Amino acid sequence: MEKGKFGIHGGQFVPETLMNAVNELEEAYNHYKNDPEFIAELDTLMREYAGRPSLLYYAEKMTKDLGGAKIYLKREDLNHTGAHKVNNCLGQCLLAKKMGKKRVIAETGAGQHGVATATVAALLGLECEIFMGKEDTIRQALNVYRMKLLGAKVNAVETGTMTLKDAVNEAMREWTNRVDDTLYVLGSVMGPHPFPTIVRDFQSVISKEIKSQIMEKEGRLPDAVIACVGGGSNAIGAFYEFIGDEGVKLIGCEAAGLGVDNPKNAATMANGTLGIFHGMKSYFCQNEYGQIAPVYSISAGLDYPGVGPEHANLKDIGRAEYVPITDEEAVQAFEYLSKTEGIIPAIESSHAVAQCIKLAPTMDKDKIIVVNLSGRGDKDVAAIARYRGEDIYE
Amino acid sequence: MNDIKKAFENGKAFIPFVTAGYPDLETTEKLLIGMSESGADIIEIGIPFSDPIAEGVVIQEADLQALKGGVTTDKIFDMVKSIRPQIKSALAVMTYMNPIFVYGTERFMQKCSECGISAVIVPDVPFEEKEELQPYCDKFGIDVISLIAPTSHDRIKTIAKEAQGFVYCVSSLGVTGVRKEITTNVGEMVDLVKSVNDVPCAIGFGISTPEQAKKMAEYADGVIVGSAIVKIVGKYGRDSLEPVCEYVKSMKDAIR
Repeated sequence: MEKGKFGIHGGQFVPETLMNAVNELEEAYNHYKNDPEFIAELDTLMREYAGRPSLLYYAEKMTKDLGGAKIYLKREDLNHTGAHKVNNCLGQCLLAKKMGKKRVIAETGAGQHGVATATVAALLGLECEIFMGKEDTIRQALNVYRMKLLGAKVNAVETGTMTLKDAVNEAMREWTNRVDDTLYVLGSVMGPHPFPTIVRDFQSVISKEIKSQIMEKEGRLPDAVIACVGGGSNAIGAFYEFIGDEGVKLIGCEAAGLGVDNPKNAATMANGTLGIFHGMKSYFCQNEYGQIAPVYSISAGLDYPGVGPEHANLKDIGRAEYVPITDEEAVQAFEYLSKTEGIIPAIESSHAVAQCIKLAPTMDKDKIIVVNLSGRGDKDVAAIARYRGEDIYE
Repeated sequence: MNDIKKAFENGKAFIPFVTAGYPDLETTEKLLIGMSESGADIIEIGIPFSDPIAEGVVIQEADLQALKGGVTTDKIFDMVKSIRPQIKSALAVMTYMNPIFVYGTERFMQKCSECGISAVIVPDVPFEEKEELQPYCDKFGIDVISLIAPTSHDRIKTIAKEAQGFVYCVSSLGVTGVRKEITTNVGEMVDLVKSVNDVPCAIGFGISTPEQAKKMAEYADGVIVGSAIVKIVGKYGRDSLEPVCEYVKSMKDAIR
């Protein structure tokens, strides 16, 4: 396969100012990914700091209640900082450190990636600056304060739609401004090569663990793996080791907002068309002139008009299936898992739970579903309360 | 000889940029004609994009306002075609890859050719991704303008060898926008280009005053100015023809 391409997708569509930076990153990554010292350091951080391996939990009550396939939850919500994002941040920040960079910058939607980056930057002694859409700084005010507490500078982005896409724009602009001592720690499997590959590799620890854990518990592979997809990092992490196992269905759940036919959605796979933006060829929500569409989801982490190039390819070749989940379905799943299992999932992950609720009853009892619970829902409690009409603020 | 080459024969070239449709297409039309009469050698017509990642705040805002006003790629092409006979300057389009790709790259270049546009400048297509543009541009005789940046170093010669039209030398790190001072050694960048290819070099990013333009013109064959002009358009709106023309004249005089 051509460098940095996933089928027809991917590539390196960035300004010339950044080309040597992405080349330098690629070179460093190719070196360190095989460096025993780097591997050992990262492994220690993953275990001792992030709390890996995360549990693969058999959701017995949920399984009985839905009356179909056996449901396992991959508990990425139990990682330090409460989501899968830390896997990638540990990898990339350690890489930044090895490369001699003093400073990291990152975009964030819901704030999870921003918090994880700020956390690891604090640990490794890196200067940290986060870009977050102004709209999202309001939706996730607590996370903003959390990042500040961790010593990061948070820039509220007031351009465009003031959400995740604009935060990415601004982080890229900032990187062109200060490229020598700074690494852009991209939070998802998107952007120019080598980011989709690097982030996928750091996140694939999720599916590596699922594979060995399910073999231990069930002695066989699952029949389906379900994960939510914005840019797609937790999903690719949960899918990657199973891509070659044809018997394992891979299902990505994207944010349909008020419905795929309503303009207020972020369902890129359902509604998007091929384009070239944010450094990559992939699918994007856009108009006939290639202007990127404003998208919407109750979940700030899925509120993105594109999708990672490897997912676009998995869709093209039919290896993964992508389904839209509405705000209402996600909120119901959020409430359902809280009441049934005593686990409050992130509103992003609730999109995957919602698909599981639909799918499990249609499958036989000897089938197995793994849902990637990518994050915990504490950050969403106030927003869900407001969605349900309660006047609660953080 | 094509239009772009000719544009560098009249002393140092002055290359102004305008965002099409800002504040409206009628104003853009007047500005194109006016700038041509005021001595612009090449005019860069910006096709607005919703997410212009290489632009600073001035052009970002202009792009968003233009799109809000309902401008589209087709409307811009129609306007340019209708006034092309009144313009002496060579024309280049500056936009991002997505508006070109989604329009259909081949169809886009055909339209450019029909409208008398000689070159395209696409800041998010680096050398490695040129194949996305080059075959379609070649088919219609459109030059793909290569950009080099202060961070390009050893890439400059590789890029310059295959450069067409002129080489766009990015003077500073960061995005477009007015800067007080330009600290990059642009002379060195230009020398590297010239060592492998006798192609004109024009310097852009951050230039706004006649003094800066004059200094930059010592190192290169032309000077590109975007944000400073869009700023004037932002300030005077529909009445910006006169101040823009005066500005273009003063810049061309400074580097002549």
